[in-house]
Amino acid sequence: MHMLGRTANGLYWMFRYIERAENSARLIDAGLRMSLTRSEATEDDWDGVLQSSGVRDIYDDLYDKLTSADAIDFLLRDRSNPSSVMSCIDAGRSNARMVRTALTRETWEATNECYLDLKNMLARRIKAAELPEVIDGIKRRAGLIRGAFHGTMLRNEIFNFSRIGTFIERADNTARILDVKYYVLLPAVSQVGSSIDNVQWESILRSVSAHRSYGWVYEAEYKPSNIADFLILNGRMPRSLAYCYEKIVSNLGYLAREYGETHAAQVTAEETLSSLRSHSIKDVMDQGLHEYIENFISHNNRLGQEISDGYRFY
Amino acid sequence: MMNADNSPRQPYSTYNDWYASQDRTRLIAKSKEAENIFRKTGITFAVYGHADSSEKLIPFDLIPRIISGREWRKLAQGIEQRVIALNAFLDDIYHKQEIIKAGRIPRELIERNVAFLPQMIGFRPPGGVYTHIVGTDIVRTGEDQFYVLEDNARTPSGVSYMLENRETMMQMFPELFHQNRVRPVENYPYLLRHSLASLAPPGCEGKPRVAVLTPGIYNSAYYEHAFLADMMGVELVEGSDLRVIDGKVKMRTTRGYEAIDVLYRRVDDDYLDPLTFKPESALGIPGIMDVYRAGNITIANAPGTGICDDKAIYSYMPEIVEFYTGRKALLENVPTWRCSEADSLQYVLDNLADLVVKEVHGSGGYGMLVGPTASKKERALFAEKLKARPANYIAQPTLSLSTVPILVNKGIAPRHVDLRPYVLVSDKVQIIPGGLTRVALKAGSLVVNSSQGGGTKDTWVLED
Repeated sequence: MHMLGRTANGLYWMFRYIERAENSARLIDAGLRMSLTRSEATEDDWDGVLQSSGVRDIYDDLYDKLTSADAIDFLLRDRSNPSSVMSCIDAGRSNARMVRTALTRETWEATNECYLDLKNMLARRIKAAELPEVIDGIKRRAGLIRGAFHGTMLRNEIFNFSRIGTFIERADNTARILDVKYYVLLPAVSQVGSSIDNVQWESILRSVSAHRSYGWVYEAEYKPSNIADFLILNGRMPRSLAYCYEKIVSNLGYLAREYGETHAAQVTAEETLSSLRSHSIKDVMDQGLHEYIENFISHNNRLGQEISDGYRFY
Repeated sequence: MMNADNSPRQPYSTYNDWYASQDRTRLIAKSKEAENIFRKTGITFAVYGHADSSEKLIPFDLIPRIISGREWRKLAQGIEQRVIALNAFLDDIYHKQEIIKAGRIPRELIERNVAFLPQMIGFRPPGGVYTHIVGTDIVRTGEDQFYVLEDNARTPSGVSYMLENRETMMQMFPELFHQNRVRPVENYPYLLRHSLASLAPPGCEGKPRVAVLTPGIYNSAYYEHAFLADMMGVELVEGSDLRVIDGKVKMRTTRGYEAIDVLYRRVDDDYLDPLTFKPESALGIPGIMDVYRAGNITIANAPGTGICDDKAIYSYMPEIVEFYTGRKALLENVPTWRCSEADSLQYVLDNLADLVVKEVHGSGGYGMLVGPTASKKERALFAEKLKARPANYIAQPTLSLSTVPILVNKGIAPRHVDLRPYVLVSDKVQIIPGGLTRVALKAGSLVVNSSQGGGTKDTWVLED
């Protein structure tokens, strides 16, 4: 008997939501760091975070003005924010319940415990002093799900749909961060390299947990074209667009071989990957960073739709 | 658990020695550990009408309920007889209706019953089996004295607790299973799968494909649906996964639509087919009843079996058993007053403080009155409801149920229990040696339903 389309859909979204929860936590982390590093705290930092998370509009519907305390609460706990950590973990776990029979006991239990712990941890507003510990707690629990998943799941179609969900979401998240902050990476702005720029650059790297690894790869100090290269084209950076697409293409490839049929999704993913492989960061900058990223986001969305259609999610 | 002279009853003697050697604080710690296992695993149920408590744990008591092999054999014979009679009764009321013609049951009780499905008239399910899975609720009042409390022929739930309770006990106290010869229940999913597959429609080619149909993750018993599908190794489907194509019920897979032969449905009759029953149902499969009647799918349990769960029908069970098996019922009914009958109604109203009054279509302990524990005001209010719609109620005496011990902070204390053994029907009747023991956690209470604060225990049937 073959896998239900609904099960494939549930796995795909389970892992998209878990990935998004982690990403939201990371964005809060970066925002927090930025507001601590500034001599003059500015709410603009949180504006960037809300925009990267794609929820600025929802925030404005609910709050009259932007404050860091409200922004943090909104990103962490608010159920009316579909990308808040709690909303994502809840949705991820609901999907996991739906596909319970496709998961190993370990993977399910790690997901369920993550939900139970966070529900407890985020039952009330988090004070600024507790925030770092809470962020760590979220990342650690998401890590436990990942560990149980990698350690126990069969490498079959169940695994493939889960991985595809993870990397479509991750590519989207990284691209959104670049989309909001692209201007600080443009050559015209970057020639000076003021301390404000440095903070901005570090914040971008921090929001993809890459502020340390950047130094290992590019040795020298922050340079916008290197940062863009790292996040877009570097195939060793686990949150770069290129890395995500290597993984998407290989998982779609397994499905195509296993099922003996190829869908539009495979073609789209391979096209995107070959473009990421063949371009240099200079090409990207010449083409226009902003346009490149916007184009990427729309292709990534289209791929999601093609996967859903091709594998009968609905 | 105890004899009149305060010595432990024979089946408990080995356990009792073990218990005496245990440190109570350790047992209480184990009890917490069990709760954590259940919470982590997600063995929860939903209580309808409670905000913010969407998922609850059923309390687990770690002292097993123990039944001797001899007592069990007697019980099993009675259950088998009763289940055979239920199937024959269903076949009869949807065909020749001989029991009505013989004047043993009033016609209106069948034909005007909401659980009676005219769509089933003249149709015989594959193998002639209507009730593939039955849970018979039983209470014990003394040595070899059992009464049937109710029959669950529609969709008996709770079997996952029987399995998880055993699993938890074996993990926590493996030594107990060396000392006592406890009959296994773990093969239930295997037996269920085989029992279902053996009743595939005659036109089924190759290995029958079985699936469990669930209303979805918000259903109170969703955990059980997923658990059973997982343990049987079959697909867990929702109505939206299924569609009728070319006269077959097919499920949408990542590679296209594939046929299903046997559907173990945990969706009520009313919601099964919006074209036949409730048109607004989003849980069912439009057209499945046509496929069913054409003999291209097996639905377990068959639609229309719910009439056996009706408490007015229950009151006729002694006649039903005798009518179809030609023998007196081995298991007794609890004496039941049908409030639809004027004399009975008067008796019930006069003796409300001593009776339990139930709705005929009720389940889950909702909408019932327990006379002895109800306040005067509650009884007065209930009396008004009774007078307004007498046919909606039956009444029973409160039995002096036997008690079993549970673990409380101060040690052990007696509580009332019932027992739901699970029965599988195919070309044979298989009764799983054990079942779900539900326990009223409040001292003196007779209400064991999980929705009303009851707990569960592992149930041991000993080899002897």
